[in-house]
Amino acid sequence: MKTLVWVEHDNSNMADATLAAVTAASKLGEVHLLVAGSGCRAVAEQAAAVAGVGKVHLADDAAYAHALAENVAPLVVNLMGHHDAFVCPATTTGKNVAPRVAALLDVMQISDILSVEGEKTFTRPIYAGNAIATVESTDAKLVVTVRGTAFDKAEATGGSAAIEDVASTGDAGKSSFVGAEIAKSERPELTSAKIIVSGGRALKDSETFESVIMPLADKLGAGVGASRAAVDAGYVPNDYQVGQTGKIVAPEVYIAIGISGAIQHLAGMKDSKTIIAINKDEDAPIFQVADIGLVADLYKVVPELTEKL
Amino acid sequence: MKALVPVKRVIDYNVKPRVKADGSGVDLSNVKMSMNPFDEIAVEEAIRLKEAGKVEEIIAVSVGPAKAQETLRTALAMGADSAILIETDAEVEPLAVAKILKAVAAEVEPGIVILGKQAIDDDSNQTGQMLAALMDLPQGTFASKVEIDGDSVNVTREVDGGLETVKLTLPAIVTTDLRLNEPRYASLPNIMKAKKKPLDMKSPADYGVDIAPRLKTTNVSEPPVRQAGVKVADVDELVAKLKAMGVA
Repeated sequence: MKTLVWVEHDNSNMADATLAAVTAASKLGEVHLLVAGSGCRAVAEQAAAVAGVGKVHLADDAAYAHALAENVAPLVVNLMGHHDAFVCPATTTGKNVAPRVAALLDVMQISDILSVEGEKTFTRPIYAGNAIATVESTDAKLVVTVRGTAFDKAEATGGSAAIEDVASTGDAGKSSFVGAEIAKSERPELTSAKIIVSGGRALKDSETFESVIMPLADKLGAGVGASRAAVDAGYVPNDYQVGQTGKIVAPEVYIAIGISGAIQHLAGMKDSKTIIAINKDEDAPIFQVADIGLVADLYKVVPELTEKL
Repeated sequence: MKALVPVKRVIDYNVKPRVKADGSGVDLSNVKMSMNPFDEIAVEEAIRLKEAGKVEEIIAVSVGPAKAQETLRTALAMGADSAILIETDAEVEPLAVAKILKAVAAEVEPGIVILGKQAIDDDSNQTGQMLAALMDLPQGTFASKVEIDGDSVNVTREVDGGLETVKLTLPAIVTTDLRLNEPRYASLPNIMKAKKKPLDMKSPADYGVDIAPRLKTTNVSEPPVRQAGVKVADVDELVAKLKAMGVA
């Protein structure tokens, strides 16, 4: 089977999420990568260096600069004429593009796969990860999105794939990019952080979140996450949200502070290696999944913890 | 212009799903069912667009069992003007739902279709994008802000790095994220009024759509269970454990 993997990037750097998708694709067959962007040859060169990659297709056109689904889907559909599976990281870009491709190919997509069980058989989470379904595709071609935390990352170096230019399918004329507010942070990105410190509604407001959570995160060199409640309440921006519909994370250590542990939050972090919970309510559901729990007032113990580490 | 709002009847978001012992699926008997939360946000957004004079009429549509009429009545009570149920007891996959919605849209001719970004049962996150593909329309997914301006719409999207705004020509497909709005509760008088609003009953065959599944679900199982660990008495003990793990 020949697979085509969507390379997640910002036109300069390939994102780590790509590497997990490469691992998933390599279980299906030959791995080709697609770099669609604008002025993105550097990304294609990084992609070509990924171990185990057979070929990199490079589509460099202004129409692809922001990965607008209307523009990139026809490009992918063209390439799928000689590939058997389209494999996307389950990032917001992948989730936006893949179903559009699937529908154009008349294929039922398999979202957020956790494992490859056979040529056309996969497991995936349903009901916020409260159940795991094994599904088998009967379609001629496959379209899958890959949960990044469920697969090891392919080696970013060691490969020397050829880069092949692909003709642009142009601008569909239906959509345009207006602008973005992308948070710049010195902290590790959530989906690749080794340690995450996460705060919940108990943090009261954005100033408190900042003054309690951030010093601990800085001390540990950790990424910072939040529960939906904390994001909804405006303590932190949306890109901090960990959960069923936010980011799915699986760090070595996840420290949940003032988070009760709603089902949809657990869905986003319960695959973390070690979970530490600090909450003053000893009956909070978060303690049912925590390896280490501390029942205490976070305002007292978090500053103390920060100081003693 | 008209707004078409697809809604799905799903397990209530507060209910913890139980996996059937024989691995055939999730047990939905005697379980509270509700409108998918993202679809409530979609209904609310359509109502706000109507209140702002951008939309004249809201048509809610659902593909599902007879009981999905209750879900549509909820949409009508919130403020939708009419509803269509495409009744089927089969489990309909996103691709087939998108095909049915395309056929419905061909009759309704909406200027905007607003859907939830994903249903909290199968967590697919596909239907809106698929509908946009099949109708050859632009898509604004994971919306946290929707602003209609003449013959285009600006959609601010929640993306991994933060927020992104795209401008789409109308008609367009929008899928909702959590922070687009806070859905209203239907008032009692509106619930009563909703009973008199039109609700059309159709079948997938009426639209000539083949809903045969493309995916075979061969097993549904419980995820590995995490065992609760230990409780520590104080910060010193926690620090010792963290140090033992090599953290800090």
